[in-house]
Amino acid sequence: MDKVLETDGLGKRYGSRWVLRDCTVSLPAGSVASLVGPNGAGKSTLLHLAVGLLRPDAGSVRALGAAPYSNTAVLSGLGFVAQDTPLYRDFTADELVRMGGKLNRRWDSTLARTRLAQLGIPPRKPVGRLSGGQRAQVALALALAKRPRLLLLDEPVASLDPLARREFLQSLMGSVAESGATVLLSSHILADLERSCDFVIVLQGGRARLAAPVDDIVAGHRQLIGPRHLGEPIGGVAAVVRASHTDRQSTLTVRTAGAVRDPMWTVREPTLEEIILAYLAERDAEASHEAWGVSA
Amino acid sequence: MIEFVLDGRSKVNTYVQLVQQVKQALRVGLLSAGDQLPKVRDVAQSLAINPNTVLKAYRELELEGLAEGRPGVGTFVRRSLAGDTLADQAELREELIGWLRRSRAAGLSDEDVLALVETTMRAQRQAEALQSEPA
Repeated sequence: MDKVLETDGLGKRYGSRWVLRDCTVSLPAGSVASLVGPNGAGKSTLLHLAVGLLRPDAGSVRALGAAPYSNTAVLSGLGFVAQDTPLYRDFTADELVRMGGKLNRRWDSTLARTRLAQLGIPPRKPVGRLSGGQRAQVALALALAKRPRLLLLDEPVASLDPLARREFLQSLMGSVAESGATVLLSSHILADLERSCDFVIVLQGGRARLAAPVDDIVAGHRQLIGPRHLGEPIGGVAAVVRASHTDRQSTLTVRTAGAVRDPMWTVREPTLEEIILAYLAERDAEASHEAWGVSA
Repeated sequence: MIEFVLDGRSKVNTYVQLVQQVKQALRVGLLSAGDQLPKVRDVAQSLAINPNTVLKAYRELELEGLAEGRPGVGTFVRRSLAGDTLADQAELREELIGWLRRSRAAGLSDEDVLALVETTMRAQRQAEALQSEPA
């Protein structure tokens, strides 16, 4: 299976601050992938690098097999919906569809018009006067009209109400089924992750903590509950993702390498959401306390 | 054509839920051999789920010999699970309706009824297991 997006030690800095570093991910074609992480983790930066709107300061990024920066061949196969679906507000949806036809090599005008007609979006009203949900649908229709092989979306539903959010996701999933495009969608929302995506990239502190198919993630992580753990190695555990202790008991979320058979530990299968939260919860506690001048 | 629903709170995988619903529909005769399963695109859209998940469910059904995909057309049911029991089921259903009326008259709530069914089933199973055990 070929990879539609590959990054290798990718890094981006603003001044002396690295917002993304050592980011190595490989996204297989046909995936519906989710990019999750807290604010400031580097999600938008990664997406902008993937579509060539930013240039790397370290490492490399390849979209559809080549570096995207100023590469019209690659860019014509990419669709991008930026955060809060920005559109030229004074243009009507009809004008935007016509504009897309003039600005893009490959443009399926009929597809865009059919979608917008089915959704009941008024064609001759300035999009600035449409609801947030309608604007998001217009932005999606425009991206899909390019018939992209890889569609990237930067928190497209973050500011939408629950109904608009659901309608957007319905539209997106329906069109993915039709086109077979690969999708990378960045999101805050962890609930329902398992039903909407089959690949997850977890960004935290500018680093990719996890980038794997959902099935592998769920099969490869366990939660262990047992007596207070002091850091000694446990059979079957490749790495401890997150540990939480009381004076008597420890709860560990771990990445496994084989089965954990030690009867001292109660082994639980955490949900995908729980696993991701464990990765996200790991902040650099020491550095943070040091910065505040207090002891950890 | 059946319509799928999802239990968002269930710990069961989405694709497994879809497989279970198809099997359930086959069992009660809502689906029979030759019927078409909902199109992948329609399921993905109406439930807002990853189309790969629907494909996974349909592939699982194919592996179990219950469905077959016809490229460009859709996925169709190959055989049913109902068998001869469908006729008996109508009779059992009638008896059940009568029983439910009596239980409601006796003051049982829905939860009481389900609890009664579950505990009785369990007890029956245990009794049967004990009976069939070698002396």
